[in-house]
Amino acid sequence: MKKSDLIAAIAAKARISHKAAEDVVNTIFDTLKKALARGERIELRGLGSFSVKKYDPYTGRNPKTGGKIEVKEKRLPVFKTGKELQKRVNSG
Amino acid sequence: MTKADIVETVYQRVGFSKKDSAELVDMVFETLKETLEKGEKIKISGFGNFVVRDKKARKGRNPKTGEEIEISARRVLTFKPSQVLKKMLNPNR
Repeated sequence: MKKSDLIAAIAAKARISHKAAEDVVNTIFDTLKKALARGERIELRGLGSFSVKKYDPYTGRNPKTGGKIEVKEKRLPVFKTGKELQKRVNSG
Repeated sequence: MTKADIVETVYQRVGFSKKDSAELVDMVFETLKETLEKGEKIKISGFGNFVVRDKKARKGRNPKTGEEIEISARRVLTFKPSQVLKKMLNPNR
């Protein structure tokens, strides 16, 4: 399922215009992105939680050439599946 | 941030009533869950992909007792953030 399929599904289920469904879906993911960019944790009951993990800088290696590479510090979003969804995925 | 904050943003930006905004947000998350439950992956451009993966059974150990146990085959959900989202979290990188 792509975002466009999700928008179409919501428009049909909620009987709203495609534009309105698009605005709702975009607003949701935009809000999630902005919260993560601020380093905020997001908890969606039944679905799961998103958090931001910080990684310190480290010296990595190019596995092909063996050359050293300095990897700068970074932040990555992490998703942890909620209990309800984990159960549903497992039994589906 | 919780669902209530997302509902509030939808209410303010999209112009549905509070009640309708809440129902629409629930509907979006429920649709995502139903799709993943079927084992189908979800690709949200600019955000990331949710993929259901099949894990084989494997042997594990109880870290407390050292006892060997069988970990059953299972399906797990993984999230891979998009480049756009990663960039948003690391603007100066």
